[in-house]
Order: sequence, then structure tokens, then C-alpha cells
Amino acid sequence: MDDVAIIGVGLHPFGRFPGLSAIEMGAKASRAALADAGLAWKDVQFAFGGSYEVDNPDAVVNFLGLTGLPFTDVYNGCATAASALTQAANTIRLGGYDIGMAIGMDKHLPGAFAADPVQYGVPAWYGETGLFLTPKFFAMKIQRYMHDFGITPLTLARVAAKNYRNGERNPNAFRRTPLSEEAILESPMVNDPLTQYMFCSPDEGAAAVVLCRTDIAHRYTANPVFLRASVVRTRRLGAFEVHSPWLPLERADAPTVDASRAAYEMAGLGPEDVDVVQLQDTDAGAEVIHMAENGFCKDGEQEALLADGATEIQGSLPVNTDGGLIANGEPIGASGLRQIHELVLQLRGAAGDRQVPGSPTVGYSQLYGAPGTAGVAIVTT
Amino acid sequence: MTSQRTVAEGLFEWPSEEPRVHASRCDACSFVTFPAQDACPSCGADTVTATQLSRRGTLWTWTRQRFQPKNPPYLGREPAGEFVPYGVGFVELPEGRLEARLAGDVDQELHIGMPMELTVVPFTTDEDGTEVLTYAFRPVGKD
Repeated sequence: MDDVAIIGVGLHPFGRFPGLSAIEMGAKASRAALADAGLAWKDVQFAFGGSYEVDNPDAVVNFLGLTGLPFTDVYNGCATAASALTQAANTIRLGGYDIGMAIGMDKHLPGAFAADPVQYGVPAWYGETGLFLTPKFFAMKIQRYMHDFGITPLTLARVAAKNYRNGERNPNAFRRTPLSEEAILESPMVNDPLTQYMFCSPDEGAAAVVLCRTDIAHRYTANPVFLRASVVRTRRLGAFEVHSPWLPLERADAPTVDASRAAYEMAGLGPEDVDVVQLQDTDAGAEVIHMAENGFCKDGEQEALLADGATEIQGSLPVNTDGGLIANGEPIGASGLRQIHELVLQLRGAAGDRQVPGSPTVGYSQLYGAPGTAGVAIVTT
Repeated sequence: MTSQRTVAEGLFEWPSEEPRVHASRCDACSFVTFPAQDACPSCGADTVTATQLSRRGTLWTWTRQRFQPKNPPYLGREPAGEFVPYGVGFVELPEGRLEARLAGDVDQELHIGMPMELTVVPFTTDEDGTEVLTYAFRPVGKD
């Protein structure tokens, strides 16, 4: 499959911004991405927009220009940005367009997400009885994983502490105050074994990416980054998934495993080739599990890898170099494009205080969320 | 006497000395799924037969719900200070693993593999005082 080039990335900081709408943040992120590419909005031939809270992300045209371009809105849970990116890349591969954008934006209320379970294909009683909650699913998934593979609470605290440390080095991050492992372990228990500071928060922000045909990328930048794979997968029967009150005895791999394998195959690369990694850390346990689900270690090896600092910026397997979801929070529509923004900066050698040493050339990003949807992207220099 | 209602019609057998949760079994491939639905998530067939799940199993994973869920969709309307945290788990039955609230004190000892049995518990009350019942699992031998 033909590669697609990323020639511009832009971000509106993640956090809380009273008085600023998601659409306005999306427009600001888009302008930043266009400036990065040296292009104007009128040069953009099509766009995909992703959001959870906003029905029509395409309304960014009110602030960018009513050029009449085809603009398609997508929503796919926490993998929304992966869907926007995949659709944008495939639109260029189809041959009808040269330059397009993927734009993500959101503005969530504080606190855990609340929704109508019926809209997720589960009965109303599931919500009425207090079971329709994502944090307790992640808690039960890591509880079982810790039991099966010998992961300790200290390792969960190490993951969160690393992500807050990385967030301190990221001026666009929501949470920039480092926290010790002890403070994380001693913060209030939310869903055993996960404490308050092991979770990310729904927040606000936007991110945007400009893509073009590989053969014209050098017109716009001396340092294009190539999108070698972008894949979305949903759960198969037997996968242990959020918002499902039933799990068959015969287990299947998580959708992340399926998306990861497909992405490696599409890119012609393996986990051993990857230099910098962004994983869905909805909570510290999710980052631990996703390290294995994406092929970066075997189940249980995370305990030693975290103790040795392997996933630090200076380590052998840097994970969530911009602080991940734990430090940035999760504006759903934008979250995956924030990952791409960070990988592009890292591959350009432009990540400043948090630059991974040794000129990284292969970046990897993964999203996972309700009701069992995963996205994986692989980028290279 | 306090009046009671089940949270959803047909979710479990009630009233009953030995309540059981309702599920469906596919006529084509015999796959059992919960909650009962009219098509099979395994093979896609659209003919299924009602069945009931076993009452005893072992705790497969668990957590404790320590913050008050948002209403809606949660039915509980108590002020934040009066919220009573509760356990949640998946219990492995011969037919599959079933998610449930865990009956008993939230801080009771829980560990993966412990024997559990089905019960029915009130978890909130309607505005008119009617207790709302749901299915739950409790450690075997505990009331």
C-alpha cells in the first residue's frame, strides 16, 4: 500500500479553557498545522473531523474559511482520531486528492464519562445498577492481569509518575506537576487497585494533521514523516471488553492485538524496529497491558522494565514521551492526533526537553476505548 | 412491608428461593450469551432459546466502586455523602463469566478464585420508597 506523508502537525493545548469552544480549539489547532506545513486553508482539498461532544466538527470552517471542501465527521469512541487519520490517509491513497487534513477536538465536563448504555448496545439496567462505568472495567482488567502475570501496585505508580514527569517537560500538557510513586499510591482509591492519580481525566483540547501524497511532500517540507500504517479494529467474541457484562470462557485477543499485528504487517516493520511509543494510558494499568498487547514485551516483563526505567525518555523503549493521557487528559476526538503530533516532533528531532536521544526514525501510537475499539498507527522518517 | 420491584423485567427469576439469571442459548451453535438477546453474537443465527445460568462459580476478577456513578444512568439518588461504595466482579460460571455487583460490605475480603453464589439485593429505592432489586454475587457461606 502506498505511504502517505505527514507535512504539518498542530495542537491546541490540552486542559480546561473556559469560554473557548471545542470548534474554536479545533480551528486553532488546524491553523497551527497549516502554518507548520506552510499551507493555507484554501489549499486543503478535503478533511475528516473527529469529536465526541461536537456533532459537527466540520463547523471549524466558520473560523477557517467556507471553501466548500468535502468535510466528513467521524466518531469511534476513544479511537475516533485513529478513524479520522485512517480515512484521511485512505482518501489520498484512492487517488482523487493530493492534500487533506485530520482534525480532532473535544470539550468534556470533569469526571468520568456518563452516557446512555442503550446507545452502546447494552440494556438500561446495566447503567441503572451502577455497572456502566469505564474506570471499573480498567480496574478489573488490570486486577486480573496483575494476578496472572505478577505485576505490583508499585509498577502502576511508576507508570503514572513517569507520565507526570514527562508532562512537566511538555508545555501543552494539562498536568505538569511531578508526583512521587508514594503520593500516587497513597492518593484515594478510586477502583481497586487504581488510585486517583493513576487515572487520566476527560478534558479539553484539539489537534490536527496535514497529509499529502508522498511524491509531492518535499514541496512543503524538508522533513516529511511517512504514515506507514493506520489501522482500526473492533473486538472479537471472547475479548475482555469495556461495557460488556458477559465474557465467554474461551478468550480471544484484544482488538489492540489485532490492530497492532495488522499495522506491523502493513508497515513491514516489527516492534523491535520502533524507537518511540505512544500508548493509550487511560490508567496506569492500561499502559502496562498495552505494552504487551502491542508486542513490546511479553506479559509480566513490564515489572522489570519499569523498575529499570526502560520506558523513560532516556530508556530503551520510551513510552508516552509527552506525558500520555495521564498528563494530557483525554479530549476524545483529539487524543490520537496528539499522539501523532508528538511522534512527528520526535522523528523531526524537534521535541525539545523531552527529545528521545539517538535520532529516532520509527514511531508507534495506539488508542483503545469503548465499546472495544482500537487504533494503531506507525510513522517513519 | 416495604414494596419491592426488580430493576428490569425478565433479568432474573423472582421471587424465588434460588434465583437464577436469564440468558439465551443459540439454537444453531449452542453459544450461551447474557443478557438474553434474540440473535447469537457468535454465529449470527437469529433463533435462540431461553436458558438460565448456574448459581455458583468462582470470582474471576473484581474491583470496588468507590465513587458515586452519575445519575442518569445510575438510579441511586442519595446525596454524595451518603453514597455506599460496592464491590463489582466477574464470576466464572460453567456457561461463561458474568459481571455483577458483589453483595456484602465493600471492604470484605475478596480474592480471585474464591467461591461465589448468586443472590438478589436491594441497591436503591424509588422516590415512593419502593426498593429496587438486582442480582448480585456473595462469597459462599456469607449472608
